Amino acid sequence: MTEAVNSPRKKVLAVASSGGHWMQLLRVVPALQGHELVFVTVLESSSSQVPGHRFYVVRDANRWNKLGLVTLAAKMASIVHKEKPDFVVSTGAAPGFFALLFGHLSGARTIWIDSIANIDRLSLSGKLAGRLADLWLTQWPHLARTKGPHYAGAIF
Amino acid sequence: MIFVTVGSQGPFDRLIRTVDEWASLRGRSDVFAQIGNTKYVPKHIQFTGFVEPPKFTSLVQQARVVVAHAGIGSILSALELGKQIVVMPRRAKFREQRNDHQVSTAKHFGSQGRVIVADDEQTFPDRLDFALTQANPGRISLEASPMLIAALRSFLDGNLDPENLGTVLK
Repeated sequence: MTEAVNSPRKKVLAVASSGGHWMQLLRVVPALQGHELVFVTVLESSSSQVPGHRFYVVRDANRWNKLGLVTLAAKMASIVHKEKPDFVVSTGAAPGFFALLFGHLSGARTIWIDSIANIDRLSLSGKLAGRLADLWLTQWPHLARTKGPHYAGAIF
Repeated sequence: MIFVTVGSQGPFDRLIRTVDEWASLRGRSDVFAQIGNTKYVPKHIQFTGFVEPPKFTSLVQQARVVVAHAGIGSILSALELGKQIVVMPRRAKFREQRNDHQVSTAKHFGSQGRVIVADDEQTFPDRLDFALTQANPGRISLEASPMLIAALRSFLDGNLDPENLGTVLK
């Protein structure tokens, strides 16, 4: 008699800002199938690309917009507190960094996939996320280091 | 139709002006551009500021060739829908971007033959003319590489130790 081995279903918070970051996140969704997915991004209209999943919109910010960063951080803290994800995964940028920060603080396992656009060096959010990520990935073998970021393939 | 996009990272006057002049020279009336907050006002092409993602996808789908800055979102959109794409990288020296990472992106994807690169305004017309003679490539898969998918699955299942990533993935 054989027993089916099913890994228990986990809750995964998947986070990205718009444009290339969001498109890269969509390309790793197949790896998350079978788990409960909750998405966070910056454009309401992106929800049509992930039908059937819970979906939050936050306002994007960057390092030159301190007030925006504080607002974004507060919103992300409330989402993480409400959802209590088992895993947080992000392809960048600022929304992903805060999701990893609060995910890390609340005991979630965290994954950072630095954008494939960062060929010469890691992004700022990618460097900062390194301290918070349980799995810290670059998409470029030449940027991988023994203590991370690691290389485990790319989004295509 | 030729679809032009500068993404959402601020103005890209150099690209829009160059496309506008190209359309005038070639007598093309079927160019549509998403120009963001570019200050240059095109005279020979149709344009809009911002396009929501679903509409963006349909514009790429309708396009014979896509023209864009060398942003990953624009490049992936074209490749996933099997379209030729001509990219002109944003340059830090013209304050089009904080750094020259789009030059690296263009060089990398260009050397793989996935995109057609116009380094600057001078080479752009010739590159776009060339793109219009090329058949569209096949669509790329919508999934990340099998290696990355496998690594993420293993990690979610608790079977991947990042410290031993190299050995686990072999």
